[in-house]
Amino acid sequence: MAMLHIVNKSPFERVAFESCLGHASEGDSILMIEDATVGAVDGTVFSDLLKAAMADKAVYVLGGDLAARGMSEDRIIDGIKVVDYAGFVDLTADNEKTQSWL
Amino acid sequence: MKYTVMINEGPYQHQSADTALQFVRAALAKGHEIYRVFFYHDGVNNGTCLSVPPSDDRQIQKEWSELAKEHELDLVICIAAAQRRGIMDESEAKRQGMDAHNIADGFRISGLGQLIEGGIQADRTIVFGD
Repeated sequence: MAMLHIVNKSPFERVAFESCLGHASEGDSILMIEDATVGAVDGTVFSDLLKAAMADKAVYVLGGDLAARGMSEDRIIDGIKVVDYAGFVDLTADNEKTQSWL
Repeated sequence: MKYTVMINEGPYQHQSADTALQFVRAALAKGHEIYRVFFYHDGVNNGTCLSVPPSDDRQIQKEWSELAKEHELDLVICIAAAQRRGIMDESEAKRQGMDAHNIADGFRISGLGQLIEGGIQADRTIVFGD
């Protein structure tokens, strides 16, 4: 029973993202929205942690929120999929449960 | 698919009020049903009709009212959260001895039971907040 984890806090400001990675199970999906989108950028103190989680979890980022923070898609970690709001909706439909890490 | 959406953030806190509105629009565009939108905590501030943002600013409260009208959405404001923040409909204002009410078009005031029932009736419950 796969779960979608929605994270909206920057990993450089709060521990919610890290808690999410600690709790998410194999086969789950993680979607970064709002301030969490900065966590998708490669080469940061957080990126190794996220890359490790990507071994058995799918990771997505909301493209509009990433762009709104001045981050181009070529700066994000390889393998993170960029979605729009339609893709966001699809993720909530495809996963039986959703957890928002507020 | 049937959705219940919970919103815990007002329009002038951070981004979640906007995110929720755009999510609901995208879900409707995909043909999903929005069973209920439940406004809790500071999220109740999305439902006042007395907010007047500058004309070139985002108009969140108005957009909810318009979306509700267009899609017959059930926008429910938590009564206890609303009372604390001065959001009232006509009958509640009368009951509290107030001389004004300010609930926006398309919203109604009810209790937390509506959130629980929404969660039971819907296939998915999505929470937005700060």
